[in-house]
Amino acid sequence: MSEQIETSEQENAEVHKRIEQTYKDGFVTDIESDTFPPGLNEEVIRAISAKKQEPQWLLEWRLKAYAKWLTMEQPNWAKLKIPPIDFNAISYYSSPKSNENAPETIDDVDPKLLETYAKLGVPLHEQEILAGVKTRKTPVAVDVVFDSVSVTTTFKKELRKAGVIFCSFSEAVIDYPDLVKQYLGKVVPIGDNYFSALNAAVFSDGSFVYIPKNTRCPMELSTYFRINEMNTGQFERTLIIADDGAEVSYLEGCTAPMRDENQLHAAVVELFILNDAKIKYSTVQNWYPGDEEGKGGIFNFVTKRAACNGNNAKVSWTQVETGSAITWKYPSCILRGDNSRGEFYSVALTNNYQQADTGTKMIHLGKNTKSTIISKGISAGKSHNTYRGLVRISKRAEGARNHTQCDSLLIGKNCGAHTFPYIECGNSTAQLEHEATTSKISEDQLFYCKQRGISEEDATSMIVDGFCKEVFKELPMEFAVEAKALLDISLEGAVG
Amino acid sequence: MLNIKNIHAQVGDNKILKGLNLEIKPGEVHAIMGPNGAGKSTLGNVLAGMEKVEVTQGSVDFLGKDLLDLEIEQRAAEGIFLAFQYPVEIPGVNNMYFLRAALNAQRKYRGEKEMNSSEFLKLVRTKIKQMNMRDDLLRRPVNEGFSGGEKKRNEIFQMSILEPKLAILDETDSGLDIDALKIVADGVNQLRDDNRSFIVITHYQRLLDYIVPDYVHVLADGKIVRSGDKSLAIELEKTGYGWLED
Repeated sequence: MSEQIETSEQENAEVHKRIEQTYKDGFVTDIESDTFPPGLNEEVIRAISAKKQEPQWLLEWRLKAYAKWLTMEQPNWAKLKIPPIDFNAISYYSSPKSNENAPETIDDVDPKLLETYAKLGVPLHEQEILAGVKTRKTPVAVDVVFDSVSVTTTFKKELRKAGVIFCSFSEAVIDYPDLVKQYLGKVVPIGDNYFSALNAAVFSDGSFVYIPKNTRCPMELSTYFRINEMNTGQFERTLIIADDGAEVSYLEGCTAPMRDENQLHAAVVELFILNDAKIKYSTVQNWYPGDEEGKGGIFNFVTKRAACNGNNAKVSWTQVETGSAITWKYPSCILRGDNSRGEFYSVALTNNYQQADTGTKMIHLGKNTKSTIISKGISAGKSHNTYRGLVRISKRAEGARNHTQCDSLLIGKNCGAHTFPYIECGNSTAQLEHEATTSKISEDQLFYCKQRGISEEDATSMIVDGFCKEVFKELPMEFAVEAKALLDISLEGAVG
Repeated sequence: MLNIKNIHAQVGDNKILKGLNLEIKPGEVHAIMGPNGAGKSTLGNVLAGMEKVEVTQGSVDFLGKDLLDLEIEQRAAEGIFLAFQYPVEIPGVNNMYFLRAALNAQRKYRGEKEMNSSEFLKLVRTKIKQMNMRDDLLRRPVNEGFSGGEKKRNEIFQMSILEPKLAILDETDSGLDIDALKIVADGVNQLRDDNRSFIVITHYQRLLDYIVPDYVHVLADGKIVRSGDKSLAIELEKTGYGWLED
């Protein structure tokens, strides 16, 4: 008898393990929140602004964006089937109650929140992180955003010693208003697109980074975004400024609980790179993708843009997109400074009913500007995966160069891969290269691997990993390992 | 160790093997020769378990197990190795990484301890010397950009690491110049012992000068029509397969 019970317990554990594996970050933190009732109007925007104790100019900026948004229509040019979104059914602000008195140090943060991030594998205790340095990990400073608010930012003091500002967006508005005012909305104007206008109206928090002249940021910076509350949207803004000769590597991660309803995430990221400065921006996006039948999941509609305003400025976007029900995202580079460089490395994996329409824009304005695009799309299940990219060489961009390579890998017979490369060339000295391939994991490859003893699942993951290698090598080491593990989990059930 | 009885196999509606029998004892080397389209490669694929080859009749006993009942990767772990006629490229996957994954998957199946990277590196270093191969092949992606000869040598190298009980060499000699042929044959000969058996599928007697078989079989129209010792291969070299039609 006892043996029988043991077996069923074991089976249960096995089942739980399987579920967790499908989306291991899908838990809900049971925490009391101060959440606005659903609905979007001027009052809501004023209320958000008041919560944040914002200056008048920012409130006006928000209201202007809202007025603009009201005149706009949701875009439908992407190769996506987006169910209608009821913007009045979404709550635009939700903050854990315990966060109200703005915790000063990590010791003041609600243990439930700390537990949440421990579960997600995001290290917040500085002492522990530093202790870990000796053994393996390089320290990473983290800003953690939970629903609509930043909960804590680690290593703030250490960074400040180097002159680096790393804090939540809300703090930056209060403490560094001039910097915020100078750059906010300058590369993604409020009326840029439907979702950026919405974000400008209702954004609630995000991260702010300023790296002063000739400073190399002493550690990796990262922001971890978590949506927890039901029926809320997350609208964060990230602003990173690398002054002349500055250098920083920044990483963002995102997860959300598993829910049957779709949730909206509409973020805006603005990067400014001045003379001889460098920003490396990496994303591991693992929002809840919905279940096997395509129920639930995050709508990830994000505008990311970098302005290489200085000469010899360099920006590099690396993204690993495995989550979200729908992804609509085109991290772009405006190469204004002479000799500036933009890079875009992307792995986008869709499974089950996920849809992704993602790519980049490289706008060459300066002389001898160079851009590189490497996009790897993997489609499995019944998903659709689209690469959409624009390379524009302006008239005065003498000697501009672009190399684009986009490869698609199909797993199974019911998925789709699409490529839309747009090229606009206004200068005859430009050199443009475009390579594109579409391949399937062939039966021959699988037979070969299996004949050597490797299971079909392991073989698939190995082939996919090989396919993504060029992009993974651009990620910071530890995240490359995480990205690979994430791909394996996301591919679960795609084989056989 | 291997007992093939009355195997019938087809690909789609195309019947290829039509009642093939073959028995192999430990340590023996059997050469399979025969005209194009006779079913030589299909025999290798049946043993390895290729899915698109359907076995409609017959049985295969391998070391007391019903081979046809096992999955492809289980057969590999039980000791079946197929050196491919056309080795497959796997872009971006490092050859060493691939081989270690293969070895450890097999060891795990057999309940043996998995090899860590330093143990594996040591093994690889010894083998690569024995096989007289250049070690830059190890760092390159599996078969990607390899020349025809390099691919075939890589197969033999993989075999030496995986140490199968029965190795099937499917036209490993095709496309090799004489020096590469000698290296491949040398690799095979080093692995010959009293417990390991080989099926060598070839068109040419030349290979058998270097890998001397215990038996030579002629496969025609899906069946073994003649068997003999090495002298049969020499005879075939002179007479060709025209006599089959008589």
